Amino acid sequence: MDFGLTADQQMLAETARQVLSVEAPPRTVRRIADDPQGFSPELNRKIAEQGWFGLLVPESHGGLGLGMLDAAVILAELGRSLAPVPFLSSGVLATSLLLAAGSTPQKKAWLPRLASGEAFATVAWLEESERLDATGIALRARRARDRLRLSGAKRFVVDAQQADLLLVAVRTGSGTGPAGVTLVLVPRDTPGVSVVPLPSIDRTRRFFEVSFDDVAIAPSQVLGAEGKAWRHLEALLDVASVAIAAESQGGAERALEMAVEYSKVREQFGRPVGSFQAVKHMAAECVALVEPSRSLVWYAAWAQQEIPKDAARAASMAKARLSDVYSRVANVAVQMHGGIGFTWEHDMHFWFKRAKQSETWFGEPAWHRERVARASGW
Amino acid sequence: MDLSFSKEDEEYRREVRAWLRKNLPKRADDDEGGELTVADPERIARAKAWQRKLFDAGYVAIGWPKEHGGQGAGIVRQAILNEEMVLARAPAPIGMMGVQMLGPTLIALGTPEQKERFLPPILTADELWCQGYSEPGSGSDLASLKTRAEVDGDFFVVNGQKVWTSTAQFADWMFCLVRTDPQAPKHKGISYLLIDMRSPGITVRPLVQMTGQAGFNEVFFDNVRVPRKNLVGRLNEGWLVANATLSHERNMLASTTRTQQLMSDLLRLAKRRSRHGVSVLRDPVARQRLADLQIRVESMKYHSLKQLSDGIHGRSAGIGASVNKLVTTELNHDICAAALEILGSHAGLSRTSPHVEDRGVWPIDWMFTLGMIIGGGTSQIQKNIIAERGLGMPRGA
Repeated sequence: MDFGLTADQQMLAETARQVLSVEAPPRTVRRIADDPQGFSPELNRKIAEQGWFGLLVPESHGGLGLGMLDAAVILAELGRSLAPVPFLSSGVLATSLLLAAGSTPQKKAWLPRLASGEAFATVAWLEESERLDATGIALRARRARDRLRLSGAKRFVVDAQQADLLLVAVRTGSGTGPAGVTLVLVPRDTPGVSVVPLPSIDRTRRFFEVSFDDVAIAPSQVLGAEGKAWRHLEALLDVASVAIAAESQGGAERALEMAVEYSKVREQFGRPVGSFQAVKHMAAECVALVEPSRSLVWYAAWAQQEIPKDAARAASMAKARLSDVYSRVANVAVQMHGGIGFTWEHDMHFWFKRAKQSETWFGEPAWHRERVARASGW
Repeated sequence: MDLSFSKEDEEYRREVRAWLRKNLPKRADDDEGGELTVADPERIARAKAWQRKLFDAGYVAIGWPKEHGGQGAGIVRQAILNEEMVLARAPAPIGMMGVQMLGPTLIALGTPEQKERFLPPILTADELWCQGYSEPGSGSDLASLKTRAEVDGDFFVVNGQKVWTSTAQFADWMFCLVRTDPQAPKHKGISYLLIDMRSPGITVRPLVQMTGQAGFNEVFFDNVRVPRKNLVGRLNEGWLVANATLSHERNMLASTTRTQQLMSDLLRLAKRRSRHGVSVLRDPVARQRLADLQIRVESMKYHSLKQLSDGIHGRSAGIGASVNKLVTTELNHDICAAALEILGSHAGLSRTSPHVEDRGVWPIDWMFTLGMIIGGGTSQIQKNIIAERGLGMPRGA
């Protein structure tokens, strides 16, 4: 029994912080945020050199073969730096889904390329209804001889502009329940696929609408068994929740640090504003939110690997709590900066916006609390 | 990260569970929440007997070194024992002031004679301790305390007054901060004394709390003679000793065991009550509130496991004790407030009222937990500590 990170994980965190401070300092993040495409192949390459994109990929497929807690360590550092790299979308979400649902040839075809950062993938799940249960998967795949034909649209597909491969959740059976949900692999350059940006407040993470206009899918493109993919998506919801929670933990810590540093140098009434109790208490209240939540994230990440029966409850606890904590801390951090915190020129708003985007994505806190209630047998 | 238990530890858990099942006292009808009061010597006797029983079974202060009567137990055993106590809804030992605050201080800073004399009866509850810190003019500004101790041969002569002294009405001893050098800067003229509560010149006057219980006291010292050998640490270095104890107190007040017990009581209440024709657990608003509390409780549970692990592996605890005190006391109060909302008009009913739920403990605990936010360093003082010592924000204003 040891509740904490291993020496290797601590080293991973330190290395990640060091690498990101060199490769993705705030001026780089800002440059990418201003870029119409919203990503940097050069930065992606640097991150690929670290091997992070293959973190969850087994060694037999060219990855590092590590687990969700290791991924959470990297995600926390990415959340701190806001480096706009497709780690969450490709290295965590798409990779987890391929690992869970893919056939051996599918894994062989894609995992080594994803692990090396030579290719990226993303999951296309949400639709207009934004429902996170099986009914939310309404995009129909019609059968036409040995092909499936897709028509319809997916929303909030993260990093779709830089993804080579889309993992699309579609409905192949009749009805609206778990049976009949199928995952298909669609290369983004397939004729009939179009990707339209959904510009949002968070310019460090780009979302897209992906439309399918009678796109033909061969049997080899069906991920795992047709009509039986819902359980993989349900598990992916837990992975996504933990991942976003881990990022949020890192982001909240960084926002608070910036605010505290600023309060030590900004002077009013002839002394640093951080010497006033009103300001100290704002910061201390944030510490009281941030410190205990780290343990919750670690537990939730660990549960994904080691405690399957508590994985869903733990993931939703972490997502609900970290969503609230990050948004609150980012809000206070802006206020601790005063007027400068409200400007475009200062970096603070990037964290403030990421917090809200993360809070609302993959289930807002109230939805996750209800899921915790159900998982607790209430 | 390793949350697994060895075979031996699983065996230990089974032992604890079986022992508790067999020996747990039936929850008494007169358990009214809040603190023990002087009005009820029978309850005190029962509580002492319970601690003695726990001690004989090896379940008190298991983290203390063996040479001092503990088990030298690691974090795993401590965590297992805590969890099982929560599950069994077992009452905490009555002598927690001694077990969690004075004991660790003496083990670290006491003389061999002091350890030998005072540690054993702390464990068995043969001697109960109270803490003499706050004074009428010295609350949050504790270091301004004025109770005077003057050296007279082999004795200190103590004059002054303490206040908010919990359990002084039945404690046998007090660990007490006194001013031994009025000329020195305020932190540097304080000493830490162990005072026999039966000494001539001590008067204890109970103060009735808002709960209606006489849970704490005023203690007056009129030329009370204390042997010099009862000085802990060096003369005029009592502030350092006190700080060691204060961090123990913050941990004790923040014990997540108590928080988890309160939460499980709240869930039991929610399961059997309805409001406005809807059972509480089917009301979406109540579910949100309960889930939020549950998440905060669990997050503190894992956080305390992390802190225990950090302690064992020599990772710095930093300002962890202040964060625990701040978060857990407020969480406890929020849990009680949620119970009152569930109870509706029944919320305020006293123990003696018809139709009362849970023997009327909820309104008492709701008040008591507010007191805990103030006691042991107010939430505002904890925030100052977190900001100044944890975040390095400048002192001042």
